[in-house]
Amino acid sequence: MLSNILEFFDNIFLYIAGLIRHFFAWLGFNATVTEIGMGLVYFIAIIAVCVLCALFYVIWERKLAGYIQRRPGPNRLGPNGWFQTIADAIKLLTKEDVVPLNADRVVHLWAALLIFVPPMLSLAVIPFGRQMAALDLSIGLFYLIAVSALSTIPIFMAGWGSNNKYSLMGAMRGVSQMISYEIPMVFSLLGVVLITGTLEMQSIVAAQNHIWFVFLQPVAFIIYLICGLAETNRAPFDLPEGESELTAGIYTEYSGMRYALFFLAEYCNLFVIASIGTTVFLGGWQGPFLPGWVWFLGKTFVLFSFFIFCRWTFPRIRVDQLMNFGWKFLVPISLANILITSIVLFVFNNGLGW
Amino acid sequence: MTDPVSGVDFLVQYGIVGIMFVGAIAFAAAALIISRIFAPHRPYDRKRITYECGMLTEGTTWVRYKTSYFLYALIFLIFDVETVFLYPWAVAFHALGLFGLIEMLIFIAILVAGLWYAWKEGVLKWQ
Repeated sequence: MLSNILEFFDNIFLYIAGLIRHFFAWLGFNATVTEIGMGLVYFIAIIAVCVLCALFYVIWERKLAGYIQRRPGPNRLGPNGWFQTIADAIKLLTKEDVVPLNADRVVHLWAALLIFVPPMLSLAVIPFGRQMAALDLSIGLFYLIAVSALSTIPIFMAGWGSNNKYSLMGAMRGVSQMISYEIPMVFSLLGVVLITGTLEMQSIVAAQNHIWFVFLQPVAFIIYLICGLAETNRAPFDLPEGESELTAGIYTEYSGMRYALFFLAEYCNLFVIASIGTTVFLGGWQGPFLPGWVWFLGKTFVLFSFFIFCRWTFPRIRVDQLMNFGWKFLVPISLANILITSIVLFVFNNGLGW
Repeated sequence: MTDPVSGVDFLVQYGIVGIMFVGAIAFAAAALIISRIFAPHRPYDRKRITYECGMLTEGTTWVRYKTSYFLYALIFLIFDVETVFLYPWAVAFHALGLFGLIEMLIFIAILVAGLWYAWKEGVLKWQ
């Protein structure tokens, strides 16, 4: 009885998707139109989850930051301040959208429009639960790396289009930082691919049935977390924003809803980084008793809380320190990790040959 | 063409990618349009001056920039192409055996030599 209820909640979103698919068939759509319709349904579901998580993360970050600094944090609006983000969002919605005089208007606008593309494309292949991925690509992880690297482009467009020296400096720093930390991040995920021998996300989750890859690849996991912080421009790697050096860096010339979009996309990117980490290293949606999607969201939440903890614990580092740390420490370490993993795996598979 | 793993048509799969792409832009555009309805819109030149902490901006912004960034971009390009080669190797690792292992060790050794050379020549030194 209990196991039936648990199974129902485990698959509840699958049942809903099946119902919608039947509904499309009942309307008399052919296969192609049904697939396009399902694509739209997946899109709405993913953006709803992504934006809701981002909104929740914003208030949770402010609360946790408050607790870390021994102050209450926002505590006026709603029960213990939990509605603060909604109020902020409404405020930003009704603020004037100022475009600077000398800005490249097209680039300035398109940066804000494109900022949501990388997180949305990434989340399309993330398995949120059993069978719960919008796309089950056979090259899943590789696709994920390719599309998450695209997030440099809107950042650079924002800095370039603003025609502001602070923004340009922030954009230059942002791009150099993001491409530098891309390399060790990709290498750290490679260790897991060596073990599983597949790039498909569901198979990577299934391969962690007995043991999570965080225990088999601890060095890769730590490298991944550091690079994830750098990729999303979070403190201690928030050099592109660097409010004490560059006013607000790339966001200096953005106001109103355009700024809100950048802000929301930053948290969506964090959600993406946390969910990739969960899927690849922390066993994805697998866990006892609770439904898979609850485990998934719980694990991403734990990773996100760790990111907040890092932000409010470490001071911002300098550009030269950042580059040295990336190229002279993380790249060699991650390469060594791949070498050791491949040799150990080979010996484990084939024996020593005598 | 169908996907060898899931058996779904490639066109359907990448069609969903296309929907995500267009949808993400549409979401941002919708947010901007809604904000345009609710928000005031009274721009004048004094308000729209480039914000540089109260100073008027001097000279052009779009200048030639430090070469350090360019050098890092070059090394990034080398390593990024390397990852494109490393991923298929990692997937086929169990099937390739000793030959694949040694071959990839040589490949990585060449790249490490490249990184070491760049390091020695001071490319990785921030100036």
